[in-house]
Parts: sequence; structure tokens; C-alpha cells
Amino acid sequence: MGERADVWQGTLALMVLKTIELMGPQHGYGIARRIEQTSGNLLSLNYGTLYPALLRLEQEGSIASEWGISENNRKAKFYRLTRAGRKQLEKEAHNWQQTTAILDRFLSPAEEQA
Amino acid sequence: MTAARKLRAWIMRLSAIFSGSRNYREFANEIESHLQMHIDDNLNRGMTTAQARREAILKLGGIELTRQSYRERNTLPMMDDLWQDLRFALRQLRRSPGFTITAAIMLALGIGASVAIFAFVDAALLRPLPYRDPARLAAVTESVKLFARANLSYPDYLDWKRMNRSFSSLEIYGGGGGLIDTPTGALPISSLRVSDGFFRTLGVTPIMGRDFYAGEDQPGTGNTVILSYQGWQKWFQGRSDIVGQNVTLNGLPNTVIGVLPQTFDFAPRGGTQFWMPFHAKGECDLRRSCHGLDGIARLNDGVTMQAARAEMQSIAAQLEHQYPGDNRGQGAAVDPLSEIIVGDIRPILLTLLIGAGLLLVIACVNVSSLLLVRSESRRREIAVRGALGASRTRLVRQFMTEGIVLVVLGGLLGLGIAVTAMHVLTGLIPEFMMARTPFLIGLGLNTHVLAFTAAISFVAVVLFALTPLLRLPMGAMRDGLTEGSRGSAGTLWRRFGANLVVLELAIAVILLVGAGLLGKSFYRLLHVDVNFHPDHLAMVGIMVPETLYPKPEDSVRLQRQIIARIAVLPGVESVGLTSTPPVSFNGNTDWIRFVGRSYNGEHNEVNMRDVSADYIKTLQAKLLRGRLFTDAEDNTKPKVVLVNQTLAKMYFPGQDPIGQRFGNTDLAPNSIKQIIGVVDDIKEGSLDSQIWPAVYYPIYQDEDNYFTLIVRTAQSEESMLPTLVNTIHAMDPGIGTADPIGMEQRIHDSPTAYLHRSSAWLVGGFAALALLLGVVGLYGVIAYSVSRRTREIGVRMALGAQRSSVQKLVMGEAIRLAALGIGAGLLCSVGAAMLMRSLLFGTAAWDAATLLSVASILGAATMLASYIPAHRAASVNPVEALRSE
Repeated sequence: MGERADVWQGTLALMVLKTIELMGPQHGYGIARRIEQTSGNLLSLNYGTLYPALLRLEQEGSIASEWGISENNRKAKFYRLTRAGRKQLEKEAHNWQQTTAILDRFLSPAEEQA
Repeated sequence: MTAARKLRAWIMRLSAIFSGSRNYREFANEIESHLQMHIDDNLNRGMTTAQARREAILKLGGIELTRQSYRERNTLPMMDDLWQDLRFALRQLRRSPGFTITAAIMLALGIGASVAIFAFVDAALLRPLPYRDPARLAAVTESVKLFARANLSYPDYLDWKRMNRSFSSLEIYGGGGGLIDTPTGALPISSLRVSDGFFRTLGVTPIMGRDFYAGEDQPGTGNTVILSYQGWQKWFQGRSDIVGQNVTLNGLPNTVIGVLPQTFDFAPRGGTQFWMPFHAKGECDLRRSCHGLDGIARLNDGVTMQAARAEMQSIAAQLEHQYPGDNRGQGAAVDPLSEIIVGDIRPILLTLLIGAGLLLVIACVNVSSLLLVRSESRRREIAVRGALGASRTRLVRQFMTEGIVLVVLGGLLGLGIAVTAMHVLTGLIPEFMMARTPFLIGLGLNTHVLAFTAAISFVAVVLFALTPLLRLPMGAMRDGLTEGSRGSAGTLWRRFGANLVVLELAIAVILLVGAGLLGKSFYRLLHVDVNFHPDHLAMVGIMVPETLYPKPEDSVRLQRQIIARIAVLPGVESVGLTSTPPVSFNGNTDWIRFVGRSYNGEHNEVNMRDVSADYIKTLQAKLLRGRLFTDAEDNTKPKVVLVNQTLAKMYFPGQDPIGQRFGNTDLAPNSIKQIIGVVDDIKEGSLDSQIWPAVYYPIYQDEDNYFTLIVRTAQSEESMLPTLVNTIHAMDPGIGTADPIGMEQRIHDSPTAYLHRSSAWLVGGFAALALLLGVVGLYGVIAYSVSRRTREIGVRMALGAQRSSVQKLVMGEAIRLAALGIGAGLLCSVGAAMLMRSLLFGTAAWDAATLLSVASILGAATMLASYIPAHRAASVNPVEALRSE
């Protein structure tokens, strides 16, 4: 169970970073909504789990936060990508693509033989 | 890269521990804004307000849960708890400063005493001697019936060295004082004559110049000398061109060839400044029966101390067979060198360490029982915290943290006390003792001592964590909340806490008895009858260089002059000379053989002293029979001798020794002397030694270049000392004087008295603290028990109990505990005293007077301590006592 949680945390972090990269500075709620939408509502996310992930990324220096005003005039904390975060995103996205490509070969070997 | 990120995250989490609640407030705002935005969206999608809010919270996964997972990520939860515990503990301790200060001071005293004594034990017994591979070094001497460790003679040494296979080297040292010529006259020095390989055996190399070369200890190789670092500094101000310089020692020129390292000292002869090659000379060095040397040796690889001892004993037996006259009864002793350096002080240090350890136990017990009392009164708090979800481990950790804080506090204070105590104690060590224990120089906090402090602190922490733990069974936590819990709660306390007091009192008894016995031994020692009057006696050592007074007649003339000159000084009542002053040591012996008796060759060993005519009179020792010498009895007159009473009784039981004659083992004609008088048993050895048979020869009929002037004065003896020294120097600046001192002062300062005094005082100090702590502990226990039983007492009084019977009830409990503690303590202390028998003098381990007085002192103190709470119990107002519940 612990291992799966780790995988989930790792992928969640990647999703968060990618989302922020695409959207620019964004608050937690916005990020959560966007992840759900992007996944085509396949992922049903407890929004609460996002905050420890954001905190962790911030502690690791990948993102930074500051308070601002949301589109509908609410005070909200906005997260933006730092330079270190951009690098990490690049690296992890690359790693992830590699991993999925390899796994793909294992999981659909029939095509290979044909 | 990832490592750096992880480190950054870790540091952020760590620092978040200390930023406190600010982070959480901010996160609460963030969640609030999140929910608002979500609710706005939901409203836009047409939900009702209540629905919108409900859905938003549901989607979040619960506010509290989110907060919780945020909190866990925000800081390091374990460290966070620790920090919280620490702050909580500090708050708790600050809230009851009386408890905190008392506990910290008790712990500080216990830890301080133990650490200070341990530092001495470490320096003396644990750290190796400062020589190369010191465990392979042996002290090698001859051994006779009277001395397990006697001295070597030079011819025996040469045979031992030649014949043994056990040692890679066997070296000797001997001699002692000497004189150095200075512009202001001759001054005494401490010097040793050593064989050539002495320093190589110890593994010491000079920092300047060279060591003795092999064969340099043979006569005719020229007079050379090696200086100790301290000697170099003292006599030559550390001048850098010292090697090759000439220095006049004992009237002869010597060339300085080397300087030893600053750290080097040879503890068996601490403080020696001049080291000369042995150069056998004079009658004694060449005579097999003249024993004045000590040996050191390095064991060959693979040879044990036992094997070496066995070999040397068989060599000694061989020599005994070969030289039956000289070597009869001469065995061999081989012991670790460390044994002869620290053997004397080991039992004292261990006793002190045990004493300090017991004090620490009392302190810990006291603090534990205080903790127990506190945990008792915190039952409800604990129960509430348990009910609110604090886990058992969490509560245990809380108590441990409190224990740690207390111990750290006490430990730091204790270290301060220990450092001060070490400083004060080493300052109190007189110079002559320091010279014998050079390893104590620079005593301080080293890694050993700090590790010891950490170890005892750790044990204390475990103890303090366990104590309240006993009070924390899960069921009891629930009971703590219920109303009538107070009545039943006391049982465990009474069973456990009360036993602690018994232990405490028992230990206090052991320490008090120990102190009492040591104190009594010391008193006995100082009141040993020395069989002369030590008051108003001034003494000065006199060294006469052979170069200035080469012939025996010269020194006799000088001795007569000295007596004549000193006798006319104002305030001088009488003057005596002796080769060895009284209360020094048994030794400097002679072997005697009686004329006209059968002789089986055994050595009749007797103390031999050369004394002047008025010596016995000056000491005011009693002449029991016959007559004393006259000043006229010198080499021109027949040889005469005084014997002491012990000799008379041993060799002439029921006979009159006057007129009897004895000589040396061969009865050489010029050695025959006639006994002319019997004197009282003057204490020649140390205060705690036996009286040996002794002979007193006229100093004019022997040769003595080193003797002691003893003067009976009308005024204070100390005030006469400078005049005596000046008078001698005025006669001849070439004569050296040493150690001017009053006899009583000398006895008071003697190593025996010093060791007894210091152990008595230190153990006495521990005992006083133990008494104080024990009584405080008992007071605490009784007072606490009274406070818990207030209601019970109220009921009793409401039912008609008299105040006096209430007081009796409380006092009864105290008496029971005190009696148990004192009884157990007395039993244990007899056992403990048996273990320290070797430190006692003239006092039995079961000395009834000491045991009785300790029991009554402690009994009285405990009565006093329990009277106060008993009185308080008796003045309880029953109405208030019942209403207060």
C-alpha cells in the first residue's frame, strides 16, 4: 500500500507541475479542477490530498507561493513554477515517458511479434 | 540533485517546527479560500447554499483530515512531538520551581561528587602510565620476611641481570638527595643514580642532548648528568645551551648531557631533577648485604608477570644457596610497575568512588520519589489526556522528556560542581603527595570523564522515566477520572515510595558508618603514642658533602661544632642529631648477631639509627634501664649501643640486656657493641606501623653525611626554623639544609595522616549530604502521606480520635520506616566496613560506638523530620478536612 501511495504521490507531483506550467500561477482549487478536467474526469481526486503535495513541492523548492486575488475576486494562494521546478518537470516528464514506453512494450508484446 | 531537494525539504520541515502556529493559521486561510471558490462554483451550478458547502467539504475529503495531513507534511512529526514535549516539560517544571530546584540540586550534588571522584579514579587507576607499553613494565626488588618489597643490593642486581631470561632489560635506581653549588651556597636537590638503560626501558628519550650510552654506568666513564625538564627550568632557567655545561653536584663537577621531556616524571621518585649514571662506589655498593636499590624491568614478549616472578624467585633461591651469609632469606618480588605507584591509593579511591556512587543513588531515589509524588498528584491530568486520545507511549515519552530535562539540568550543574571540586581537591594535595602521584597533574574533564557523566545521566534518565511509568497502568487511567479515586491511589505509592525511603536511609547509614569509622581511625592515628613528646621539636635535614669533609673525624668534628653552635642559641633547650628522624619509616636496618649465643644464620633485622648523646633526652623519650651515651663516646672509645624495649623483650625475655654484646652476622671484632641502656619504643615508622626492634648507635662511632638536627625549643618551634638554617649556613655555606619543619607539623603532614585525613573528610562530606538528603526524603514521604490521608484523619477525628493518637499514627509510620532503614543500613554497613578494613586503623569494622551513634543521630534526625508533618496532621480541622473533598 505504501508503495502505491509513493507512486501516486510522484505522479500527482508531476501532474501538479505540468498543470502549473500550462496554466501559469494558479491556486490549489484551480489546479485540482484542472487535473480532474485534464484526466477527462477519469481521476476523481480528493482535493485535500493536493495540499500536502503542494507543500512538499514548495519545501523542495520546485514551486513558490504568494497570496493574490482569484478571477472571481477571492483572496487565494497562488503557486508558480520556480526555475528548479521547471528543470525537475522536464526531467521527470522525460523519465515518465521512458517508463511508460518500456512498460508499453511489456504489456502489449503481441504487436511486437506480429 | 534529488538529495539536495530532499535536504532542502528536511530543513524547511525542521524550521517549521519552531515557526509554531503561524503556518497553520495561513493554511486555515488557504482552505477557507479553497472552499469559498468551490462553493461559488457550486452555487453557479445551481446548488443551494447548504448543498454547495456540503459538496465542497466532501470533495475536499474533510477539513480536519486535510489539516492533519498538511500538518504531518509541514514539519517532522517526531521532532515536532519532541519539541512539544520539551516545551511542555519546561512549562511543567517552571510551574513548580520548588520541585525543580530541589531535584536539580540533589542530582547535581550526586553527579558532581561521582564525576569528581571518577576523574581521580580515571587519572590514577584507569589511564595507563605515561611510559611506552606500560603494562609490560615491572617493579623488581628483593623481598624479606619483614618487607614484601625490600631493596636490591648491587651485586645481587648484577647477578639477576646476568641470569634472568624473563626481561628484555632490568635496570636499577637508587640514592636520593644531593647538593648543588650555587653562588649563595649549597642547596639540596633531588637526584637519582640509575643504570644506563633506565630511560630506554621506560621508553623515554631526552628532548635535548643524549641518553646514557650502554656502559656509562660503569665507574671511570666521567661524571655526567641528565636533567628533568623541571630541573632544567628551576636551576638553569631553561637556557638553551645547557647541554655540555658543567654543574657542581655534591662537590664534584658533572657535565649535563641531556634534558628529559616536560611530561616525564618517574612516580616512584616523583620530582627527581638530576639523573646520574650509577657508578658503583663506596663500601655499600659493592657489599652484597647492603640493600639500597630498586629495580624496574621490561618483560620479554610472551613472558607473563607470574612467569617472571617465578624465574626471579628461583634465581634468588640459587643466590641464597651460593651466598648463605649475605642472602639468607632474600627472595624476589616482581609486580606491575603500576602496582607500586597506585597500589596505596587504590583502596581509598575505590572507597571514595563507592561513597560518591551511594550519594548519587540517594539523590536519584529522592528525585524519583519526588517524581512519584508528582505523578500521583497529576493522575487526573494524565487521565484526561489519556481520555482525549494520548497514547500510552506518548504519555511515557512525556515523562521521559521531563526526566531528561531534569537530568540535563542536574548534570550540567553537577559538571560545574565536579570541575570546582577537582580544582579544590587537587589544590589541597600537598606537594609531597603530588610528587608521588604526578598523573594527577592536569586533572580535568576529558573524554573518559564526560563519557562517565553521560553514562550515569543515562541511567538516571531511565530510572526517572520508569518511576512514573509504574503509575501508568491503562486501567488506572480510567480510575483517575472517577471521583473517589484518592483513597485507593495511595496503596501503590505506599508500597513502592515508602520502600524507596528505606533504601535511602539504609544508604545514609552506610555512609555515616563509613565516615564514622574513617574519622575514628584518623583520630586514633593522630593519638597513637609515639613514645616521645613531639611538641616544641624543630628539625632540619643536614647534608655534608664528602668532598668538604672526606674523613670520618672531619664529620664528627663538624657534628660537635653544630651541636655546640645550636645549643647556645636563645630559646634552644636541647639539641640532638639522628641519621633518621622518628615517625619516618621502618627500614635502614642492620642485621645483628649476639655474642655467646648459637646462631643459625637467620637475619635478625633491626631498625638502625645513629644518634647523638642528647638525642633521647631531646625527644623526651624514656630511658628504661642503664644509661645514655656521653658526648665523649666516639671512635676512640669502646662501641656501645642503646636498644629499644621491643628488642629487649624479643631477644632478652626475662633477662637484663645491659652488658650483653652483639655484632654483625660474622661477629667481626670491630662490629661488636655493648648494650648500655634500654629506651622506650620510639615510633620510628609511620603512625600506623608496628614497632620494630631498634638499635641506637652513637653517631660519632659511625659515618653519616646526611643527618637530621632535632632541637627542643622553649618558644614555638616554627619560629626557630629560619635561625637554625641560617646558623648552619653561617658555619659553612657548603653544607646543605633540607626540609626545615616542626615535628608535629611533620606528623600531621605525613602521607599516612594525609591519606587517612582526606578519606575521612571526603567520606564525611558524602555522609553529611546523605544524611541531609535522607532526612529530606523521609520528611517528603511522611508529609505527602499526611496530605493524602487528610480526609481519613478527618474521619477518624470526627469519630472521636484524639489529636495525640493521630500524631502517634503518623509518627508510627515514620518510626517504622526509619527503623527498617536504619536496621538494614547497620547490617549492610558492617559488611561494607569489612570491605574497607584496610583503610581502618585501630578501629574494628563493627565498632559498636560508631554504629550506636550513627543509629541515634539518624534516629533523632528522622524523628525531627516526621514530627513536623505529624504535628500538622494532628492539627487537622475535621470539619474542613471532610468538606474539602
